[in-house]
Amino acid sequence: MKPAPFTYHRPASVREALELLARYGADAKPVSGGQSLGPMLNMRLARPAHLVDLNDLLELDYVRNTGGVIEIGGLTRHHRVASAPEIGRDLPLLAEAAATIGHYAIRQRGTLGGSLVHADPAAQLPLVAVTLGAEVVLRSAKGERSVPADEFVQSIMTVDLADDEIVTAVRFPQQLADEGSAFDLFSRRHGDFAIVSVALTLRLDPAGAICALRLGLGGVGPVPQRQTGVEQEAIGCLPDAETAARLARAAAAAITPEDHPQVPAAYRRELVETLTARAFLRAAKRAGVTA
Amino acid sequence: MSTPVPISLVVNGEAHDLVVPPRKLLSDVLREDLNLTGTHVGCEHGVCGACTILIDGRPARACLTYAVQLEGHELTTIEAVAEGDTLSPLQQALHEEHGLQCGFCTAGIVMTFEAYLRENPAPSEAEVRDVLSGNLCRCTGYQNIVTAVLKAAEAMRGGRGA
Repeated sequence: MKPAPFTYHRPASVREALELLARYGADAKPVSGGQSLGPMLNMRLARPAHLVDLNDLLELDYVRNTGGVIEIGGLTRHHRVASAPEIGRDLPLLAEAAATIGHYAIRQRGTLGGSLVHADPAAQLPLVAVTLGAEVVLRSAKGERSVPADEFVQSIMTVDLADDEIVTAVRFPQQLADEGSAFDLFSRRHGDFAIVSVALTLRLDPAGAICALRLGLGGVGPVPQRQTGVEQEAIGCLPDAETAARLARAAAAAITPEDHPQVPAAYRRELVETLTARAFLRAAKRAGVTA
Repeated sequence: MSTPVPISLVVNGEAHDLVVPPRKLLSDVLREDLNLTGTHVGCEHGVCGACTILIDGRPARACLTYAVQLEGHELTTIEAVAEGDTLSPLQQALHEEHGLQCGFCTAGIVMTFEAYLRENPAPSEAEVRDVLSGNLCRCTGYQNIVTAVLKAAEAMRGGRGA
């Protein structure tokens, strides 16, 4: 398991990296943490002629709060996303999800931008980006544009990214202080790709009823799915076990999962139901603490 | 394409000048070019954790990194963990608690937890198990490894050079 030969480039600036990508186009592949691309290269599922290493672009490793929007640089490692106090405070859903990616050593290298670009249907960060309504910031030598996360992720490992572009940042709307959120997933072995994952946020009105809920499901289709029907159904309900069970059943009914010999559709539905109820109750417990 | 390139690598505090093809995995360069065979190679796609080393003090899979990427970084391998014949507290605890049998996975486990225990000197058992999930061991069933890591953490908290 050794990669096919490639020419290695180590740009010292974003500008230099973008010039290299513009020059080599589809023959080049940017690499950051390499925790997904590395295995693909080793297994020769990817054979770029040019590898453009983004790891020196430290200007893309940052967390910035710009008035209600948390902008996180594309080269920010999962471990930092999971453990930075300001992300734990302002984007607890993202921090909780990032802590479940792969394993400790993997999280030291893997990056936010890399995870979004790779767009594995089981991945945590695309799901959280879609659930929270994040914007993905892309740059090429020609300029910058930003795309809503749910438009950026188009299909299995397919994203709205040109050959000469990289993800320089992701902009997440800051979670509100009185919002409760929870992330949960199920995998056969700890740290494996999740079969199903759930991202949920909710807010309560002064009377204690749900006034806003977001529910995103991963692993139930080619891309992360917001469950807007279930979200609507939650409005006005009390955040109790009865509501949890009802919404979880609705979420399980709303999906049309593929039927695999190893993961039958009915099993995936059951996982959606169990994990949704669990995430709902945990988010409800966290909601309203500072209201 | 892919002609060997000169690189300078700092491994365990020592600088080495090498000429390697860009596609050569760090794990292979450590073992073949530098004779540091304590870093073991298992799955070669980042799953098993056997080849875990430290890059600037943080654990990483040597099989998912190319040596050419690491110029200007400090690498640490299992060879630098013991001081002469004196095992590190973590190695000593693994020895005492029978935290290994064949030993193939051990170097990766030691490197992972040398870094982790510096970041979190007082982990819970659940935290140790979470981190240990990144290193596959086919012999021990993990119980003794968990015991050893917790024991090492206590020894390291208790005083220097425990």
